[in-house]
Amino acid sequence: MKILYFLCLLPFVGILGSLPFVNKVTPFILGMPFFLFWIVMWVILTSFIMGIVYKLDPAVRGGDK
Amino acid sequence: MNVALIIIFGFLLLAIYLGIRATRGKKMDLEQWSVGGRGFGTIFVFFLMAGEIYTTFTFLGGSAWAYGKGGPAFYILAYISLAYVLGYWIGPQIWRYAKKHKLMSQPDFFVSKYNSPFLGIVVSCAGVLAIVPYIILQFKGLGIIVSEASYGSISSTAAIWIGAISLTVYLMISGIHGSAWTAIVKDIMIFIVVLFLGIYMPFHYYGGLQPMFEAVHQANPTFLTLPKTGLSISWFISTVMLTVLGFYMWPHTFNATYSAENENVFRKNSIISPIYTLMLLFVFFVGFTALMQVPGLQGAEADLSLLRLSIQTFDPWIVGFIGAAGLLTALVPGSMLLMAASTSLSKNVYGVLFPSATGKQISILAKCCVPVIALVSVYFTLHGGNTIVTLLLMGYSIVTQLFPAFIFSLMKNNIVTKYGACAGIVAGIASVMYITITETTLGTLFPALPQIIKDTNVGVISLFINLVVLMVVSLATKKIAAQPHFESEAVDGKQVL
Repeated sequence: MKILYFLCLLPFVGILGSLPFVNKVTPFILGMPFFLFWIVMWVILTSFIMGIVYKLDPAVRGGDK
Repeated sequence: MNVALIIIFGFLLLAIYLGIRATRGKKMDLEQWSVGGRGFGTIFVFFLMAGEIYTTFTFLGGSAWAYGKGGPAFYILAYISLAYVLGYWIGPQIWRYAKKHKLMSQPDFFVSKYNSPFLGIVVSCAGVLAIVPYIILQFKGLGIIVSEASYGSISSTAAIWIGAISLTVYLMISGIHGSAWTAIVKDIMIFIVVLFLGIYMPFHYYGGLQPMFEAVHQANPTFLTLPKTGLSISWFISTVMLTVLGFYMWPHTFNATYSAENENVFRKNSIISPIYTLMLLFVFFVGFTALMQVPGLQGAEADLSLLRLSIQTFDPWIVGFIGAAGLLTALVPGSMLLMAASTSLSKNVYGVLFPSATGKQISILAKCCVPVIALVSVYFTLHGGNTIVTLLLMGYSIVTQLFPAFIFSLMKNNIVTKYGACAGIVAGIASVMYITITETTLGTLFPALPQIIKDTNVGVISLFINLVVLMVVSLATKKIAAQPHFESEAVDGKQVL
């Protein structure tokens, strides 16, 4: 259960905690300025992380009643 | 009548038709009308929730933010994704409790948790106070879209009236079922339109995404990042956090959670929805392209950037499809907002003040509230002026004030009393109003503080005041509240009307 909480904090740390380091234009990645790319990457990672949480969460099995 | 208008009205009729058809074979009592009989699966709830995210604000405002502010616009991507992470945990909790106690509106939740109908009135009023400016914004957006797409042949005033009337009729008949169906049509439309525009525009004008960004970067080297002062990193973090907390506190979002058929709907949603927010990325691309191609749109005019660029680039029939998508982005959230406001007014204000009212009367009253709220909103849309923007910012801060009382209520041993919850919400909202109206910022309050704190969203202060008052009053009233509070669990099924 605890690992699930930790996983859910990751997107917050990844998007908000990293801002001072990623607030720059270059290098361009996939045509986007680095700052935008970083956020986009984390949006996708957030989906991925929530997918893992869903798989691991014991509450999911009880939820379909 | 040009081609663009014919297409736009075609889609309006389709939306109304789908809405009316969706009610077939269902007895439209209040539970069907406002929470869809609690039978919506992942897809419907997903579209309903997305329906509230992709409003005219996203469509016009997302490109406007990219156009006018640059880098800070990316906060929208951040907050929606993070709000869904939070939703994974709180969505099922709201739903489970709402189902057990047959809740119908957001204030019901507070009434039942704190065993206080009076708190329900406070929450209703907060909700309506926040919702009306939001509806006004949708109407304004609707007016802009239709009048721009008609190349000026329909005035924005006429467009607002047409939109408001269609919305009212359709909502009174179909309730949330109509919204759900229209939401699907809307999201498919907007998906196609946004993806197309976001890819086509940068390639058409610059030959690619990177050349477009490079051109913007060259013209203004600081535009694509967060500035050092103002909309800086501390602004970004505090604003995202406040918005994440406020996200589920909007009455219509809260209500939409009731319509789910089981709690896994929310968990699945939190997997799909972050990816889905990437649609906004393409809206940003359009905004950035417009920056150099339709230069000189100042202030509120930035809202026109997407449409102006489209009109400059495309034939009227494509503009028609863009306009139709835009029209639907106003209709779906508009209907959800109107429904949430009228359900809570009739049930949690009228129903409490006049306890003799029957369920049937309240159900009828809820539908009758729709045109009244719509009319009030139209009035303010046409006569409100610039104060609306101020009101809307206030709206988000107001709903966020419900969060402390809400989150404490989820705990097993809630230390907050109904008095504490009430006082906290009232104090928080009062400070929001004071701050908004006097245009206070942390910088004007404490000029000596370092810039990093000055840029912090001033909503943090209101939330802090709210928490302090909530704690102090709860501790002071603990003894009075202790007795009825324990009983509440047993009887609150009956307490809810």
